[in-house]
Amino acid sequence: MTDGLIDIDKKSELNNLPRRYKKISITRYFIYLALIVMVIWSFQGSQFSFEGLLDSTQYFKRFLGEAFPSIGILGENEHSITWKDTFRYTRELIETFQMAFTGTLLGIIFGFILALLSSKGLLGNSRPMRLVQETVKALILLFRTVPDLVWAIIFVMLVGLGAFAGTLTIMVDTIGFCGRFFAEEMEDVDKSPADALESCGATKLDATFAAVVPAAMPGLITTSLFAFEKAIRGSVILGLVGAGGIGMSLNALFNWMAYDRAMVIIGMIFALIFVVEQVSQYLRRKVTQNEEKRI
Amino acid sequence: MNAIEVNHLSKSYADFEVLRDISFTIGVGESIAIIGSNGAGKSTLLKCLTRITEPSQGSINIFGDPILKFRTGALRRMRSSIGVVFQKHNLVPRLSVLTNVIHGDIGRLHNVSKFPLAGIRNWGQISASNRTRKKAMEALEMVSLSHLALQRADTLSGGQSQRVAIARALMQEPNMILADEPVASLDPVAANEVMSLFYDLCKNKNITLIFTSHNVEHALEYGNKVLAIKNGRLSLFKDSNSIEIKTLQAEYD
Repeated sequence: MTDGLIDIDKKSELNNLPRRYKKISITRYFIYLALIVMVIWSFQGSQFSFEGLLDSTQYFKRFLGEAFPSIGILGENEHSITWKDTFRYTRELIETFQMAFTGTLLGIIFGFILALLSSKGLLGNSRPMRLVQETVKALILLFRTVPDLVWAIIFVMLVGLGAFAGTLTIMVDTIGFCGRFFAEEMEDVDKSPADALESCGATKLDATFAAVVPAAMPGLITTSLFAFEKAIRGSVILGLVGAGGIGMSLNALFNWMAYDRAMVIIGMIFALIFVVEQVSQYLRRKVTQNEEKRI
Repeated sequence: MNAIEVNHLSKSYADFEVLRDISFTIGVGESIAIIGSNGAGKSTLLKCLTRITEPSQGSINIFGDPILKFRTGALRRMRSSIGVVFQKHNLVPRLSVLTNVIHGDIGRLHNVSKFPLAGIRNWGQISASNRTRKKAMEALEMVSLSHLALQRADTLSGGQSQRVAIARALMQEPNMILADEPVASLDPVAANEVMSLFYDLCKNKNITLIFTSHNVEHALEYGNKVLAIKNGRLSLFKDSNSIEIKTLQAEYD
């Protein structure tokens, strides 16, 4: 190899070769080990098994057979869907949409107010103001961390079965979601225009609404649209605990083992979520494109 | 009465002294250029004058008022009479030019009313009073940009956007304007245009103008006096007629 351009037999320099692997510290070694142990431990605890999946073929068959009856049976079956049923399900689907929309709207409004109160330094930096900010932040955290089904159970207990409980649930869930992300968006905005307004005699509140909120607006809008998508998906399941919407029928049909009807409802839910997500995605793209064009 | 009297002003952060024992007096209607290398303390000095940065020691009198003794309300009132123009212009990007100019009038609303939400009408041009809108258009006319009133601020060129910022400052009907490197982000032609427009406006309205600059020619042309800061100390404060360009360049060594 002596006539090659690069002489790799040059012995003297070869001990300069870089290591293939980085040396890992003992702490890091234990972290990796712990990760592996956790994977094994979790799989055991979750009772995940491929045999379990394979052994249940007969149930699969039964379920699929009842969920998708052959065309011939359709119409004579005890579960066959009449026009009346169709209208009822449609009405329930509309109710689900209304719950999600109202709940999201209220959630956005209250979430925005809480986000203002919780954003660091936005409305002030005094000691009492900081206390308010920390308290509101904790409240938002509580709204966000308690799962929506739990809120639904609580609200059903408080205001009874029906759409109102569902709407309240979605509102609280949206406050948690928007409260957090609105605050982040407003904290991330370039603060110099706001400072400029303050330096010419505006108050913190003026600076927030005249400079910070307008600059954060695209972010606020996309977050709101995300919140609505999330609410639509969430609202479907709230019926399982009696908090209104189409989920209530779905739950009942599963209890009666009327899988074929349940399939119809699942199809309707799919269509609703699909449409809402497409529209929302389109709007979000419009908002971002609009911003890119300007800058 | 003088526009500004600064006595033994110092500012330090933890163990670093940015400004050391600075004293000077500026008369009403004068135009002062502050020069000095990066980090010399020019911006800190300007910020101390409106207490965006709190000085550590010394006293500042603005039009006779000891502003370091002011509490929130009086401070806000004082700030509303001082226009500030920034190197980064600091317009609100997504709002119209007109709205940005009207923002300069928020302080006045608070001066005439104690209601904490008094500024709300001037958050946007839609809700501002007719008088305020007319005044804002007049201010835009003064910087020859009234034809762009409803355009979004983030679509302007650098020179245009700084002229809007000047209009916003004029909207305050200030008796003094502080400008921190107002033309540093502009190309030379726009920089000269903006600087001379700025200077003429201030001279015509008898507004005291204090600006920082790295451009020694600008300093001599647009400053009646030049104030130089070197390592946090006042190193020169003279009539610009009696200064040679070389003396100023030496301030950067």
